[in-house]
Amino acid sequence: MKHIPSGGRQVIILLALWGAASLLAQSQKDTSFVSKLDALREASYSDKALIAEQLSQTGHPSVRAVLTALLEDRLYYRNTDQKIFIAKVSDSDPLDLVDPLSLKGAGSAPADGFTKIGTNNGLRHTLKMTVAHFSLSSPDVSVRRDAVREMMLSLDEPTVALLRQRAAVETNSSVKKEIATGLALADLDGTDTKPRLAAIEVLSHSVSQDVRNRLAALVDDEKDEKVRQAAISALRTIDRWRTFYSDIETLFFGLSLGSVLVLIAIGLAITFGVMGVINMAHGELMMLGSYTTFAVQAVMPGHIGASIFVSIPAAFIVSGLMGILMERAIIRFLYGRPLETLLATFGVSLILQQLVRSIFSALNRSVITPDWMSGSMRINDALAITYNRLYIITFTIIVFALIMLVLKRTRLGLDIRAVSQNRAMAKAMGIRTEWVDAMTFGFGAGIAGMAGVALSQLTNVGPNLGQSYIIDSFMVVVFGGVGNLWGSLIGGMSMGIFNKLLEPYAGAVLAKIFVLVALILFIQIRPRGLFPKAGRAAEDK
Amino acid sequence: MKRKSLLMTASALIAGSIFSGLAAAQDVIKVGVLHSLSGTMAISETTLKDTVLMMIDEQNKKGGLLGKKLVPVVVDPASNWPLFAEKAAQLLEKDKVSVVFGCWTSVSRKSVLPVFEKDNGLLFYPVQYEGEESSKNVIYTGAAPNQQAIPAVDYLMKEVGVKRWILEGTDYVYPRTTNKILEAYLKAKGVKPEDISVNYTPFGFSDWQTRVAAIKKFGSAGKKTAVVSTVNGDANVPFYKELGNQKISAEDIPVVAFSVGEEELSGVDTKPLVGELAAWNYFESIKTPANKAFIDQWHAFIKNPKRTTNDPMEATYIGFNLWVKAVEKAKTTDTEKVIATLPGLQTPNLTGGIAKVLPNHHITKPVFIGEVKADGQFNVVWKSSGVVPGDAWSDFLPGSKNIEADWVTLKCGNYNTVTKVCSGQNFK
Repeated sequence: MKHIPSGGRQVIILLALWGAASLLAQSQKDTSFVSKLDALREASYSDKALIAEQLSQTGHPSVRAVLTALLEDRLYYRNTDQKIFIAKVSDSDPLDLVDPLSLKGAGSAPADGFTKIGTNNGLRHTLKMTVAHFSLSSPDVSVRRDAVREMMLSLDEPTVALLRQRAAVETNSSVKKEIATGLALADLDGTDTKPRLAAIEVLSHSVSQDVRNRLAALVDDEKDEKVRQAAISALRTIDRWRTFYSDIETLFFGLSLGSVLVLIAIGLAITFGVMGVINMAHGELMMLGSYTTFAVQAVMPGHIGASIFVSIPAAFIVSGLMGILMERAIIRFLYGRPLETLLATFGVSLILQQLVRSIFSALNRSVITPDWMSGSMRINDALAITYNRLYIITFTIIVFALIMLVLKRTRLGLDIRAVSQNRAMAKAMGIRTEWVDAMTFGFGAGIAGMAGVALSQLTNVGPNLGQSYIIDSFMVVVFGGVGNLWGSLIGGMSMGIFNKLLEPYAGAVLAKIFVLVALILFIQIRPRGLFPKAGRAAEDK
Repeated sequence: MKRKSLLMTASALIAGSIFSGLAAAQDVIKVGVLHSLSGTMAISETTLKDTVLMMIDEQNKKGGLLGKKLVPVVVDPASNWPLFAEKAAQLLEKDKVSVVFGCWTSVSRKSVLPVFEKDNGLLFYPVQYEGEESSKNVIYTGAAPNQQAIPAVDYLMKEVGVKRWILEGTDYVYPRTTNKILEAYLKAKGVKPEDISVNYTPFGFSDWQTRVAAIKKFGSAGKKTAVVSTVNGDANVPFYKELGNQKISAEDIPVVAFSVGEEELSGVDTKPLVGELAAWNYFESIKTPANKAFIDQWHAFIKNPKRTTNDPMEATYIGFNLWVKAVEKAKTTDTEKVIATLPGLQTPNLTGGIAKVLPNHHITKPVFIGEVKADGQFNVVWKSSGVVPGDAWSDFLPGSKNIEADWVTLKCGNYNTVTKVCSGQNFK
C-alpha cells in the first residue's frame, strides 16, 4: 500500500459525500458557522468561551478541528482580509494553512502576515471539556481515554448519556474500564441501594484521587448505612493501593535523584578516585557539556529531538579536550601536591565561568527539551513516571557500563589501572605514564561533559551550573569510597533514595542537612567510604 | 631601580587622580551604580546597571542636570553581601556620589542600609520586596507586599475561585516574610489552616519531583487549588519543567509567581509555562506610547532588538526620573535636601499611571496579573483600578499592624501608633 489514509482524511471524504447530498442544509450551516467563527477574532476571553459553545451547537463537521486548533494555539487570522485559518503546526514559519470550513489545505504563507487567536486558562478549560465530547469517537485509543477522563470531572446528564452511548459500542478494554468508573460515579448520585452498592464495587478497583475524594465525601454524609459501610471498605482498599503506588513513586524519585548524583560524580570518581587529583573545575567541565548542548541545538534548530544524540559525543569531546589541556598545562606540574592542585583547579573553574560569561553572556541559555523527553508515562491513576527522569536513569546505566567496559576491556583501561595501582612498576613495564595521566584526566572530564548534557535537561544552563553540583559530586565519591567506581554507583543511588525518603517528612532543606550529617557520621566510622580500596597501594596515599 | 620607578608611577597616578577629581567635582554630578555584575545575581542585576547607564546617557543628551554632566560610577559587588556594604562605603565616602541606584536581593539591601544611614546617602531600590522597612535614606520604587502579593491572592480568590493554597518559596527572608503576610491575610479571609500549605526549598533547588508530587496530591482534594510561588531565580526553570512533566497544567493548578518576569523567561523553554501567572507592576506587553518609546530606546542602547524589558527596569526608570525631578526642584544634589524634596513628587510610569513618592518612601504603583504566552511575554488578564499606594509595614502581621512610616510629619520610619514610640530607624 502506498500510504495509509488517516482517520481525518476518511472523515473528510465521508463528509464531502454527505455534504453533496444535503447541499442546501449544509450551506446554511456554513453561513452560521462562518459568522460565529468570525466573531472569535475580536471577542474577549469569556465571549470566546460562549462562541465556542455556540460553534459546537451548530453541529458543523469542522467544529472539532476548529476548537482543537483554538485549544492548541493553532487558530490564526490573516491580517489583510481577516479570514480565519487553522495552522497545522503552531508558531512555524511559514505557516502551513488549512481552510477551517472545508478542512482542505490552503497552502502556506509567511507567519508575520497572520495573528494568532489567543486563549487563557479559563477558555482552555472550557475548550478541553467541549473537545472531549467530540474526542469520544476518535479512532485513537489514548485520545478516547483522555476524553473520558476529562468528562468524568463534570458529570452532567448529557455527558452521562454520551458515556452510556459510548459504553455500548466501545471495544477497547481500558477505555471501557474508564467509562465504567465514570458511570459508577454518576450512579452514586442515585437513590436505590442496589445500583449504588454495585457502583461502589466498581469504584473500589480504581486508584484515582477523584474517585477517592468522592467516596470520602460519601462516607462523611451518607444516611444509608449499607452504602456507607461499603464505601468505607472500598476507601480502605483504594488507600492501600494508593500508598503502595506512592511508595513506588518515592523509590523512583530516589533512583532518579541517585542517578543524577552518580552521573555527576562518576567523572570525578575517575579523576579524584583513580588519579587522586582534587579537581575543583569538575563542575565547570559539566557546564561546558551543557553549553555544548546549547550550541548544538543552535546549529541544528530544526532537529531538536536528534540534537541530544549529537550533543552527547560532542560534549564528551569538548570537555575531554579541555580536561587534557588542563592536565598538560597545569595539573601535571602539581602531582603529589593536593593543596596546590585544589587551588589551581579552583582558579581554572573561575576562568571557565568567566569565559562562558564573556562568550554566551551572564544570562541563562535556553536548552529546549525534545518532545520525546517531556511528559510522563501513565502507569495508572495513582502512578506516572516522567520520561526525562526515566531517560536519565537509563543514560546513567549506559554511561556506567561504558566506563566499566573501557576500564576492563581496552588497552587504555588496562594502562589506567596499571598506573593507578603502581606508577613506578607501570613505568618500568614501558607504559607512557604521562600520556596515560593525560588520557585518564581527559576521559574523566569527557564523562563530566556527558553529565552536563543530562543536566541541561534538568536545570538552568548558565555560568553557575557547575558550582551547584560540585559539592554533591565530591560527597558521592567520598561516601562511595575513593578509587572505586562501584562505590560511587551504590553511594550515589543510596544517597538519592535516602534523601527522597526523608523529603516528604523533613522538607527539602532539612532532608539535605540530614543527609550531610549522616554522611559526616558515616565517615567517622568508615573513613575510607563504603568500598575502600584494599591493599598496600591504598595505604600509600 | 624597579621599585623606584613603580613608586614614581604610583605617585603620579595618585596626583593625577586628585587633580582630575578636583577638576571633575566642579562640573559633574556622580551617580553610583551598585549592581552585581558577576556571581549568581549578575543575571538579573546587569540589566539594571545598563538601564541606569541608559538613563544617564539620555539625561546628558538633554544637557545634563543643573547644567552639569552626569557621570556614572559603576562598582561590582559580585553577588557577595558583605562586599555590597564595602562597595557602598566606597561610593559614598571615596567617590562622593550624589545618589546610588542599586541592590536586588533583600539581604544586599540590609547589608548596605547601615552604610547609607551613617553616611547619609540616598539609595533608590528598584525591586519588589517583603516590606517591614522604611529608611530615611532609601526610596523603594519596587512593590511592597500590598502592591503585588496581596492583589495576586485577591485575584485568585475572587476571579479564579481558589479555595486551597500552596505557598511555595525559596528559603530566605523575602519568601518567608511574604508568606507570613499572605498566611495571615488568607486566614483573615476565612481560609482554614488545613487549606494552606507552606513549604520552602533551598536556593538553586533542582530536584522538584517530590515537591511537585506533593502539590499534585494537595491540589486534588476536590477544591480549586493554586500555588503562590516566591521561588527565586534559577530554581524556577526546573520547577516549571517538573510541573509540565507531571502534567499539572495551569488550568488545573495555576501557579502565580512574584519573581518570574520577561528577563527570566528569555532564557527558558517557555512551552511548559504557558498559562502560568505572574503578578507585577509592569509588563513589556502593555501597550502605551511611553512604554513603546522606552522599549525602543532600550533596544537602541543595548544594540539588541531581542532584549526584553521588565518590572525592576521600570522601577529603575521611575526612580531615576524622580531623582532628577527632586534635584531640579531642590536646585542641589545635597542628599539631605533631595530626600526632603522627594515625598509628594510625581512622575509618569510606563503603563499610563502616575508614580508618586509617599511619605513612607514607597511609591504608588498599578498592579497587573499576566498569563505567560508561548513567546515569553505576558498577556494581562487583570489590572487594579488605578494605582495602589505602597505600604511599608503590613497591616496583616501582628508585629507591624500598628506601625507607621512617615518621613514628612513624624520623621520616623518605625512609629508605633499605639505606644507613640519611634524605634529603629529614627533620625532626629
